[in-house]
Amino acid sequence: MSLPPCYQPPDDDEPQDPSRRSFMIGSAAATAGLLVSPLLGEAAVKEAAAKTAADPNAIPVSLNVNGRVHHLKLDPRTTLLDALREHLDLTGTKKGCDQGACGACTVLVDGRRINSCLTLAAMNAGRKIVTIEGLTSEGKLHPVQAAFIRNDGFQCGYCTSGQVCSAFALIKEGHAHSDDEIREWMSGNVCRCGCYIGIVQAVKEARDASI
Amino acid sequence: MPNVGRPLDRVDGRPKTTGGARYAAEHNLENTAYGVLVMSTIPAGTIKSIDASAALKSPGVIAVLSHQNTPTLNDAQGKNGLREAALVPFQNASVRYAGQRIAVVVADTLEHATRGAELVKVTYDEAPARIDIQKFRDEANDRAKSKFSKGDADAALASAPVKVDQVYRTPYEHHNPMEAHSIVAAWKGDDLTLYESSQNIFGVQSSMATLFSIPKEKVHVVSQFVGGAFGSKGGVWPHVVIAAVAAREVKRPVKLVVTRKQLYFGNGHRPETEQRVALGANADGKLVALIHEGFGQSNDVCDYAERFVRPTRAIYASDNIRGVNPIVSLNLPSPTYMRAPGESPGMFAIESAMDELAFALKIDPVQLRLINHADTDPVNGKPWSSKSLKQCYEQAADRFGWSRRNPEPRSMKSGRNLIGLGMASATYPAHRSPASARAVMKSDGTAVISSGSHEMGMGTATVMAQLAAETLGVPVERVKFEYGDTTLPPAPISAGSMTAASVGSAVYGAALELKKKIAALDGVDPASLDGDSYHSILSKHYLDQIDARFDAKPEQEESHSTQAFGAHFVEVSIDQDLPVVRVNRMVSAFAGGRILNEKTARSQYLGGIIQGIGMALMEETHLDKRLGTYTNVNFAEYLVPVNPDIRDIDIIIVEEEDKFVNPIGVKGIGEIGIVGVAPAIANAVYHATGKRVRDLPITIEKLL
Amino acid sequence: MHPFDFVRAHEIAGAIRSGSRDAAKFIAGGTNLVDLMKCDVERPAHIVDVNDLPLTKIEQTSGGIRIGALARMSDVAEHPIVLENFPVISQALLASASPQIRNMASIAGNLMQRTRCAYFRELTWTPCNKRNPGSGCSAIGGENRLHAILGTSDSCIATYPSDLAVAVVALDGVMTLRGPNGERYVNAANFHLLPGNTPHIEHDLKHGELITSLFIPDAAHARKSAYLKVRDRAAYEFALTSAAVGLDIDGGTIRSARVALGGVGTKPWRSRDAEAALLGKPANEQTFRAAAEEAVKGAKAQEQNGFKIELAKRTLVRALTDLAGGVA
Repeated sequence: MSLPPCYQPPDDDEPQDPSRRSFMIGSAAATAGLLVSPLLGEAAVKEAAAKTAADPNAIPVSLNVNGRVHHLKLDPRTTLLDALREHLDLTGTKKGCDQGACGACTVLVDGRRINSCLTLAAMNAGRKIVTIEGLTSEGKLHPVQAAFIRNDGFQCGYCTSGQVCSAFALIKEGHAHSDDEIREWMSGNVCRCGCYIGIVQAVKEARDASI
Repeated sequence: MPNVGRPLDRVDGRPKTTGGARYAAEHNLENTAYGVLVMSTIPAGTIKSIDASAALKSPGVIAVLSHQNTPTLNDAQGKNGLREAALVPFQNASVRYAGQRIAVVVADTLEHATRGAELVKVTYDEAPARIDIQKFRDEANDRAKSKFSKGDADAALASAPVKVDQVYRTPYEHHNPMEAHSIVAAWKGDDLTLYESSQNIFGVQSSMATLFSIPKEKVHVVSQFVGGAFGSKGGVWPHVVIAAVAAREVKRPVKLVVTRKQLYFGNGHRPETEQRVALGANADGKLVALIHEGFGQSNDVCDYAERFVRPTRAIYASDNIRGVNPIVSLNLPSPTYMRAPGESPGMFAIESAMDELAFALKIDPVQLRLINHADTDPVNGKPWSSKSLKQCYEQAADRFGWSRRNPEPRSMKSGRNLIGLGMASATYPAHRSPASARAVMKSDGTAVISSGSHEMGMGTATVMAQLAAETLGVPVERVKFEYGDTTLPPAPISAGSMTAASVGSAVYGAALELKKKIAALDGVDPASLDGDSYHSILSKHYLDQIDARFDAKPEQEESHSTQAFGAHFVEVSIDQDLPVVRVNRMVSAFAGGRILNEKTARSQYLGGIIQGIGMALMEETHLDKRLGTYTNVNFAEYLVPVNPDIRDIDIIIVEEEDKFVNPIGVKGIGEIGIVGVAPAIANAVYHATGKRVRDLPITIEKLL
Repeated sequence: MHPFDFVRAHEIAGAIRSGSRDAAKFIAGGTNLVDLMKCDVERPAHIVDVNDLPLTKIEQTSGGIRIGALARMSDVAEHPIVLENFPVISQALLASASPQIRNMASIAGNLMQRTRCAYFRELTWTPCNKRNPGSGCSAIGGENRLHAILGTSDSCIATYPSDLAVAVVALDGVMTLRGPNGERYVNAANFHLLPGNTPHIEHDLKHGELITSLFIPDAAHARKSAYLKVRDRAAYEFALTSAAVGLDIDGGTIRSARVALGGVGTKPWRSRDAEAALLGKPANEQTFRAAAEEAVKGAKAQEQNGFKIELAKRTLVRALTDLAGGVA
């Protein structure tokens, strides 16, 4: 799997060409195209690809994710979530609703759990971001991750990254004293498969393992 | 039987808890472009114009595709396998519902494509739209050919000494999987690769082959991890076609993620239903008449009908039964199967009515169900392949403490709260479809079993490894199950609770074939093979590996009716002044034949129950009947249960051996969990408050 | 989402300068603004990130508590002074949104939160006087179960969403605003505006002005205060109805009272009539019921939200009853 083209490695000083014109096709050109002969020539494809790296509106953003600093050039509209998923290929953080209403995108910023879909990447420059990928150290599962597996705290797995990050944070916050407290403080993480009972049990086990 | 049934941890637990699992849209191919859909804003009419000029001038936009510039696809006169078979995307200007996908903007980044989609200007010629089901109820037609009849139910009802005759309603609901529908489409010449979040990869393959007039082999569909589906990813929806078209036109891979809002309009929903249930009974409680009829929403571009009378054929014995569930065609998005389609809304009506009958007769609700227990299939008279419903009632009632229930409504209190106890039955058919599997034994004694099935969280990957390991007689750690790829032997859609039965039968058969083949090399009895003998036999014959394939077909269902059963017992607590319903505790018992993994099975039952709690108390997609559009199209106002809504739920797995249903004796467990939850809660609400709520969800205003 | 340029402000004056440009918006937590930008409802051309400004302090001052505008909801909710002297603030915050959002959202941003009306935020092709002045109101005659019953007009019935604001107006909060022309103070109760025929004008904040802090005065009725929120599910949902109440009871008689309702108004709904009905009366059920009648006086129901009138009364009676120690 190769990294997407908009990813900029550190210290990469590739010159940008802001004068490059937007590539576009009109509907007339499209109508003329036949299914068997796609509309765009190789040159056009290359031009389009080159333009990606030369987005004139992109701004430099350095993100510290899981201890590593990434120097990116991002459209200011890029959310932290999309920066992680589409630019850094850190797809463990999930897009559930993209509206702050499900918790699948939960990550830790400066030690606090947040919804990465509702914050712009640029707002997080210089902050310490930890994603689900950062909870595993040297291939060893974090106790929260192990407890989720043991207690079957997931089915489809799509909310799980967010649940695990939230659980990790809530134990540190000291909000895991009772089942009811865990339920309330895990309420920002929707699980449509309905694994809440396993999740609460997993949080308790992880809490006890980390005391 | 060392492997099957054991509560093993999921084999995909590690990738799912560490972020390593890649779902459809997480396949980041080089040079990927992003597609963003444009939806129609009127419910009926034709597109007059699509002005893409501003979008095309917007930075990064590569193309805007719509009916104006999309090449003709082969719609195969509707035999194209699309969920909306009569509405192949971008083929003409007609608008059949609000939210219809009418254009896609493709750009180099997601931000650019999103902005481009905002800039597409569409004008319409509006036509009169059919939105409100009540206005068109007289035009209902039995598209599903669901009508069945035994005896003369209407006459029997007329002369029955005790009657319940009521109307029940269920609202529009959306599956809302956590992962919205997502796809990455990439062409290489005439070869199409799709990373699609699907519970039906071979359906996607076949549809795309038809539409693009290419051989099936040229369509490669991969769906390794699916972030929830519940039926919504079984149909081949417009976004699949659109992504493939877009990737072909821009000659780049295209990633298309349906937004949460868009998901409400073009990826299926549970349709609104209105159901009449009429029960006629003798004073001793025996049902003499059972009538179930009504209608549900559909439209003219799909063939879906919500078959809510299906459980009526199976659940209670009566000499006179009649059922029919026609559809009313409206200018609304296409409905589809959602977890326990038919059974879930249908049993809300039947089991609510049964509770009403129990109160009318002053017979305990469990007792009433025992009186009417169907010892054989109530309609066709066939014996059951197995049935343990009585054990479900007994074991769940016992653990729940049903005997402590005071039958009088409003009789039980705890402080300010009214307490109510209710119950309902659950049932779901044990389906099976043809499936194939390949089994490979390697010389190191490890095995790879494969079948193009799906893993949406049911535990398929885990239980198939367990089943193969047991059949081969090797530890489960030595078996890997491969799935989610159309290059593997074909498997059916993962829906209808039939994956374990269908794919399991194929896996079992392939493992047996493999054993036979290996045993034949040495002329030994296959039964004598164990974990160590594979290695020695293959080594002896200088074989790196040996494989076998098995095509499993349903065969034994003709002689028996096959159905899973269960029972729910619920305690609700309702504040007398602020009457929000809270489910304090539940005990549910299920008999689903052989259980392949006790841990994942329990999770599936729980998941169904929790969606049932949502259905009972909060789930409803609101429809603006003037505009023909849903309004609460997000996760903040379309409510599903959150963690604190769920408290104590106890699952009892009733042991059941079934020698007839299929070679591995499983009935399927994915859907039955939700069936009966809503009526059990509604019945508990009646017991608590004396108010009978016949339209879901049971929200606070219905109890004020 | 409309394109914009992004600057991070490092001092207040600079932030105000940047924020005074046409179509500029301040961003703090982003939880509401980014969301509405994705909906294509908010379309700033310039985003000024104010998160580095020194406005996070929560401190006891003479006569009350001063909360920096950038203090996060979660920090305020669990702050010892807030818990001790202003429990209704803490309870309203903890009943809001989710732990993640409370970690992001600032106090000032929360007070600026815009309505959840579906026609305003999701169905951007439909008429909405708030989003597109003069286009009409789709909620009237539409899906309006969640809409307001108090303070509505023929132009708008959108519910004001924030729980915190309800508690803040109950306790006579005062906001400090700083703009190009200096600092001014606004009573929180006057900050949010009724829709009238200008529902797109939601508050008394001039372009370029920045909320810098929120002051809440100490009072006996603040120390004895509570927030009760009623909703369809147990958490992570906006209020159907809510009540922020404060009582100072001496010998069974109410010496001072504060009442505000949430989930029912087009702005956080302080009810001075309800307070008047409580003042000097015995703290009992009869008094509370009379106050509840006053609180919903003038309520106007739509097709689907009539239940909120009765529910709001019951919510208020319950909140007062529990706060008074269950005497009713």
